[in-house]
Amino acid sequence: MPADFVREVDYVARLARLFLEPEEKEHMAGQLSDILENARRIQELDTTGIEPTSHVTELPAVLREDRVRPSLPLERALQNAPRRKEGFVRVPRITLSEEEQE
Amino acid sequence: MNYDVVIGLEIHVELLTASKLFCGCSTAFGREPNSNCCPVCLGLPGSLPVFNRRAIELALKAALALNSEVQLQSRFDRKNYFYPDLPKAYQVSQYDQPLARGGYLEVEFEDGIHRVHLERVHLEEEAGKLIHAGDSIIGAGHSLVDYNRAGIPLLEIVTAPELHSGREARYFLEDLRTVLLYSGSSDCKMEEGSLRCDANISLRPKGSRELGTKAEVKNMNSFRSVELALDYEVGRQERVLSEGGKVIQETCHWDEEKKQTIALRSKEGSSDYRYFPEPDLLPLVLESSFIEELSRQLPELPARRRERLQEQYGLEKEEAFLLTANRDLGDFFEEAAKEYPDYRHLAKWVQGDLLYQLRESLKKVDELEPGLLADLLLLLDEGKINRPVAKELLAEMVKTGADPKEMVKDRGLEQISGRDTLLPVVEKVIAQNPEAVENYRRGKKKALAFLVGRVMAETQGRADPAELNRILQEKI
Amino acid sequence: MNLYEKTASELSRMLQSREVSAVEVTTSFLERIDQVDPHLKAFITRTAEQALDTAGRIDYFRQQGEQLHPLAGVPVAVKDNISTMDLRTTCASLILKDYIPPFDATVITALKSAGMPILGKTNLDEFAMGSSTENSAFFPTRNPWNLDRVPGGSSGGSAVAVAAGMAPLALGSDTGGSIRQPASLCRVTGLRPTYGRVSRYGLVAFASSLDQIGIISMNALDSALFLNLIAGYDPLDSTSLPGEVPDYTAGLEPGLEKLRVGVIRYGSTEGFDPEVTEMVQKAASLLEKSGANVGEVSLPLTDYGLSAYYLIAPAEASSNLGRYDGVRYGFCAGGDSIEEMFNRTRGKGFGPEVKRRIMIGTYALSAGYYDAYYLKAMKVRTLVRRSYEEAFKKYDLLLGAASPTPAFKLGEKTGDPLQMYLSDVCNITDSLAGVPSLALPGGAHTSGLPLGLQLTAPPLREKLLLQMACFFEKYSEQAPRRPVLDFIEGGSSDEL
Repeated sequence: MPADFVREVDYVARLARLFLEPEEKEHMAGQLSDILENARRIQELDTTGIEPTSHVTELPAVLREDRVRPSLPLERALQNAPRRKEGFVRVPRITLSEEEQE
Repeated sequence: MNYDVVIGLEIHVELLTASKLFCGCSTAFGREPNSNCCPVCLGLPGSLPVFNRRAIELALKAALALNSEVQLQSRFDRKNYFYPDLPKAYQVSQYDQPLARGGYLEVEFEDGIHRVHLERVHLEEEAGKLIHAGDSIIGAGHSLVDYNRAGIPLLEIVTAPELHSGREARYFLEDLRTVLLYSGSSDCKMEEGSLRCDANISLRPKGSRELGTKAEVKNMNSFRSVELALDYEVGRQERVLSEGGKVIQETCHWDEEKKQTIALRSKEGSSDYRYFPEPDLLPLVLESSFIEELSRQLPELPARRRERLQEQYGLEKEEAFLLTANRDLGDFFEEAAKEYPDYRHLAKWVQGDLLYQLRESLKKVDELEPGLLADLLLLLDEGKINRPVAKELLAEMVKTGADPKEMVKDRGLEQISGRDTLLPVVEKVIAQNPEAVENYRRGKKKALAFLVGRVMAETQGRADPAELNRILQEKI
Repeated sequence: MNLYEKTASELSRMLQSREVSAVEVTTSFLERIDQVDPHLKAFITRTAEQALDTAGRIDYFRQQGEQLHPLAGVPVAVKDNISTMDLRTTCASLILKDYIPPFDATVITALKSAGMPILGKTNLDEFAMGSSTENSAFFPTRNPWNLDRVPGGSSGGSAVAVAAGMAPLALGSDTGGSIRQPASLCRVTGLRPTYGRVSRYGLVAFASSLDQIGIISMNALDSALFLNLIAGYDPLDSTSLPGEVPDYTAGLEPGLEKLRVGVIRYGSTEGFDPEVTEMVQKAASLLEKSGANVGEVSLPLTDYGLSAYYLIAPAEASSNLGRYDGVRYGFCAGGDSIEEMFNRTRGKGFGPEVKRRIMIGTYALSAGYYDAYYLKAMKVRTLVRRSYEEAFKKYDLLLGAASPTPAFKLGEKTGDPLQMYLSDVCNITDSLAGVPSLALPGGAHTSGLPLGLQLTAPPLREKLLLQMACFFEKYSEQAPRRPVLDFIEGGSSDEL
């Protein structure tokens, strides 16, 4: 398995915000490589002129009336929030540090 | 400067629906945080979106008002990225099959009318709101998230890169705002966040056809900020280029206090949004009869109205602009004009005293009967009341909706212009104020005003100023 | 015979005739769960109190002479990826270990309105990704027919609950075979409805264009009864189908004279146990003898379909699982910065299979690869759909196997994801086409492990599937019906 695939794995893991330990990453790179190779077999099929299926249901969109419905009470809305501050959800620093910009 | 400035704007406008785009939560502004939320707009596991019909209608109306070509078939896509204000870690938006393509707005710049083209108009959902500890995202140790705004329908309007200065951007935005108000799609209040603008700006050597590297400018909270931020950015980029440097493609945050843009570096690769068709929403298929019906529902749009106000009422361009920009005021003017043919005079009062009084008493123009202003001005024209009295009456009309004709009658406010009535009063005042008379004779003009004031006081302000002046001058 | 050995239809009848009370019925199942679940581990959360509460209320209303739903008082087990209000819904993941939904899935609202006591939430492969229930972050579930074997997945918990008499009915979900394959491995009946027939609102999304909630039961009539309750248009699910829901319990025993059945010849049967192929042939002969027109249909795109599925499903999953970021709910690993929090939360909270699929999905959608992977897979999906349309021009029904093998050993395939994915080879193309499909007991392997048949019909023809399942129940030899649970002291349940 080529070294640039590991770099791809790095890129994809960052894109997906999945922190992987080095051993995890290596192990996964091997499995992913196999899975993707299997997946690539679909390249063998001729799909010229074939429309992609994004929905099996061939009906047009459903539209609902613009009517206000009751919302969840605040306590319900935030009942599972790990970090809160009064009525808000709290999150740590958003801007990137020097390291994270690498 | 040796460079041409190229600016493109990306405007987001919240549509005026009662409920959100995909759920029934209220879109009302200013509620307690996280009190307008439900499983759908919070993106709780298992939740699913369902389109709001009115959002589609308002989006289409806006697109039509902007001369954009409505696509009878369009689709929604997921734009995937991670940010705490994005509940599902994707935004439902439209990527390659937007609601409308193209379009334009004709804007008057200093050198004439320009047609500013649009690339597209599409529908997407709002994210929640972030409040940063310390008021700025830069250096904030933590942030707070309010999801009330998440899921509100948003119209995205993208212009072609055809603007060339901060001022042009501002003019464009002002006109865009007017058009959107007329189409009824949004209330366009930047201060409430229902209209937001990001800009892409680059410089290129004069005459060059290639686009330079662009910077994205965000966080401009008023049309004026847009102008200032873009002017600043032009200056910054020019400095970089003339010193032989290269402009980096980055996102810049406008700091309102420091009046400068600050680069916000973001991770490379973080803008791979992995767009793919939204599986939870079926494609939007519109009937052309539906589009035609919406088109018919559009009122006369600003550009046309401005022209017509000038043609039909002989108004000056500025007057037409003002009466168009403030739609209700324009409507009021046209109603009143049915009963009062001196249009210029009417326009002056509407834009001047009426507007002033409305602001003072915090009233809206549609609370006042247009006919009443017509009556007031007729009384003035007929000499039945004088200007100062008219102004007072107007103030009261705005506050209480009272009828000027009745007020004049009941309070005996008719103007006094009869010489016989005025003469004795003038003589009395002259007699009582010998000093002032002396002062005036010596050349002190203010003394005359004083004497006029005394007569006014004596006559409860009803003296005809012109006649009064004549008599006084005679007698002194 | 114990109440827990009765079918849902039998229980419904007994409850309606007041032969038994709902409390007695629910108690019987709760005791059964106490007895056998410690060995099988089908349940993540048990809700004995609430179940008895519901049962008590049903008894009360029935006493008052109120008209109740036929399923009132019939208990049910629910797969733990279906949202239940105020009852934790974990998806068998650490990242949702303590998540408590503030709302019910539409199907749950339906079963609560009908008065069905909920016995508990059943185990699954994490986020429904898997074919053995070994990917659960908590513990694997064991096959009651042989405790060293997997029950299949991802709805393993639900299949075992029904197979071992812990529940007469269970809700599961099927994306690429997650109801049918475990049903086959546990000798129960598993129905995947037409895409859109049953509302997905409240089903924690894995692959939105493929997911469907379905039913696990002991027989077709039970499935029909339950389908009547949960099928139908839901205004909260834009992909749910409009139109009337027929009475699935009516006319379940027609003749077969005009029926055209296509026996599926898979693209490659490498990896198929020969007894599975034999089972399908026997079933085909039975149909022929009984008057049906039986022919052969090949689905050459099966292998390509499998590859396409393993791009489409992970791609949608990578997007659906983005929301688990530690901000609004679920596990949060903390961190100095939001980026650190995202990465650590997701790195720690997700299991290896989930991470693998997120990686594949993210890759397949990423810039530069979208066309070759995801877009191409969507086109292959169109080809698969067309091949079904062609097949259904010639045949009313397709017959095949619900799994290429009987239950494999725990740990046998966990080291090789591709091998594991092949367990779905019989089920995946049905999912891609959005057609309804039903797994039913097809006989026993010489090892004693169950084998399952699979029937596939055109869209919205669930009735036909149920009719055929009834036919097979009647005419094919199907003993024993229940597994012998050796670990129970003092004997085990008898066969019927």
